[in-house]
Amino acid sequence: MSENKISENAVAQNITGASIMLEEVTKTYPGQKKSAVGGLTLEIPAGSIVMFVGPSGCGKTTTLKMINRLIEPTSGKIVIDGEDVTDMNGDELRRRIGYVIQAGGLFPHMTVAANIAMVPKMLGWPKDKISARVDELLELVSLDPDLYRNRFPKKLSGGQQQRVGVARALAADPPVLLMDEPFGAVDPITRQRLQDELLNIQSEVQKTIVCVTHDFDEAVKLGDWIAIFNEGAQLEQYDSPERILANPASEFVENFIGSGAGLKQLTLTRVNEVELEDALTTTPGKNASDVLSQLQGAGRKYAVVLDSRGRPLRRLDRRQLSRAQIIEGTYDENMPVVGEQATLNDALDTMLVASSESALVTGRRDVLTGVITVQTVMEAIAAANNAEDADHEAPVGLNSGAINVVDIDGAAAGQGGESA
Amino acid sequence: MGDFIGERSRHILFASWQHFSLVAQCLILATIISVLIAVLVYRNKSLSGLANGISAIGLTVPSFALIGLLIVPVGFGVTPAVIVVTFFAALPILRNAIVGLNNIEPTIIESARGIGMSRLKTLVSVEIPMAWPVILTGIRISAQMVMGVAAVVSYALGPGLGGFIFQGLSRLGGANSLESVVTGVVGVVILALILDLILLGIGRLTTPRGIRV
Repeated sequence: MSENKISENAVAQNITGASIMLEEVTKTYPGQKKSAVGGLTLEIPAGSIVMFVGPSGCGKTTTLKMINRLIEPTSGKIVIDGEDVTDMNGDELRRRIGYVIQAGGLFPHMTVAANIAMVPKMLGWPKDKISARVDELLELVSLDPDLYRNRFPKKLSGGQQQRVGVARALAADPPVLLMDEPFGAVDPITRQRLQDELLNIQSEVQKTIVCVTHDFDEAVKLGDWIAIFNEGAQLEQYDSPERILANPASEFVENFIGSGAGLKQLTLTRVNEVELEDALTTTPGKNASDVLSQLQGAGRKYAVVLDSRGRPLRRLDRRQLSRAQIIEGTYDENMPVVGEQATLNDALDTMLVASSESALVTGRRDVLTGVITVQTVMEAIAAANNAEDADHEAPVGLNSGAINVVDIDGAAAGQGGESA
Repeated sequence: MGDFIGERSRHILFASWQHFSLVAQCLILATIISVLIAVLVYRNKSLSGLANGISAIGLTVPSFALIGLLIVPVGFGVTPAVIVVTFFAALPILRNAIVGLNNIEPTIIESARGIGMSRLKTLVSVEIPMAWPVILTGIRISAQMVMGVAAVVSYALGPGLGGFIFQGLSRLGGANSLESVVTGVVGVVILALILDLILLGIGRLTTPRGIRV
């Protein structure tokens, strides 16, 4: 018990999120015999990302919306950070919880800045504090404040709208962020970038994030924990992605994971877990022939042009360098880039789409951290496959004494079970 | 014709101003009333249907008949004029307000509620501003329509240019009778154009840039 306390304090310094506890929460719509959500008890640990997945109509969205009481539970209790919020004013509760929906749900008649400022305004922040916060958040979601502050949502791409949606949800620094299929409306490449960005943001802000998705790969990639629901929000399995893939709790889960499980090592291993190569970098304005000789000296194929904040702008190969006089500073949209928290699957995808055998890796705020190559990915798969046999005895992290009553961590379940 | 206008220019200007002022004030009143009614009914399908039905049927009532009905309880003068003009002005605005409020994507309302905006705040800061261009179109339709209605209500001794038309018609063939009618009709048309331009300008100023077409 005392061990638990110490480790909790150690991580509590960074975590700004709050724990959420659903206790026997039920939602029954009038006129319907079957409950949309039946007696669900769920613990969401502070500072982690919990993904709700399941077939459509399984009650995962209903469960999410009951956390901020957009949907009022018929019975049961919702406890956030130890405080029972079941009966408090719903609007006040929602101002303390970030909420992101598909395509961002931005107000079209307000500028990006006005959209983000909405919650701080309602909370009565002073004006200069709000505008400073807006700029800070736009930076956080990788949008240049000077360029985007005064734009209207219709002038933004789908991915940019989604980013502003996340910025708006984080505006008042809420401990909890709820996301309802946030990346459902964007194309696959943008989706992957947004997912990478969310992970980067999360590593900075350490909120408690609850996210609904129907895409199991997304759940594996983003989730610290995954809750798989069946109809009526019956919890089939609630565990870490690794353990769900290794030990599906039921046939339903097995079917839900589907054939993709064969390539699970690609989805489970992240780019920052493999060894990256250094990149030869340069900045706009440099003499191209100097860079070319450096490149030849180092035996590399590409030089990476970085902007003043260390973000990659484009790659130049030897032929491009020999043709150019001075290094250009324009941004190349087709350059293969993955976030460092992206999965190897994403990295491989990105390389294939760009027909390139390597991709640039970026970390927080899109700063270049290295280069990943096809060979690195292949070696990682081989290494993981060898290690898999040793990994086979993973503990079952599910405690299903009563229906739906589930403890989050198998190891802690023995001790923490009574006190929770 | 020139003499007719020259001799009565002050009178014509005064009547025009009264006509314009009656229409403008009734439009403001009608806008407030219809937006309030729309806000009360738009969430409910059957109530919205009822309001739309009343709006459609109301437009078929001849304005002249309504004046006749009103003279008994409220008498002659400005009161029946205001009631009739406001009634007709409210109908298209009500219809457009309901359509405008219903056409807002539910996801936008959901995200407004989701970030902690109260029902009232959502209505004032999100729904009405977003429905405003549609409501304003209704106001412009109303403005054109009630310019004519306002001429008719002069029958009940209400103010405005309608007086010229009715006086001219009542002694048709007499001296200056045609001039009188023409003055009234042309005056109403000119006022309608002026008001439409003003409303267009108001639309430009009050429609948020993000939802301008």
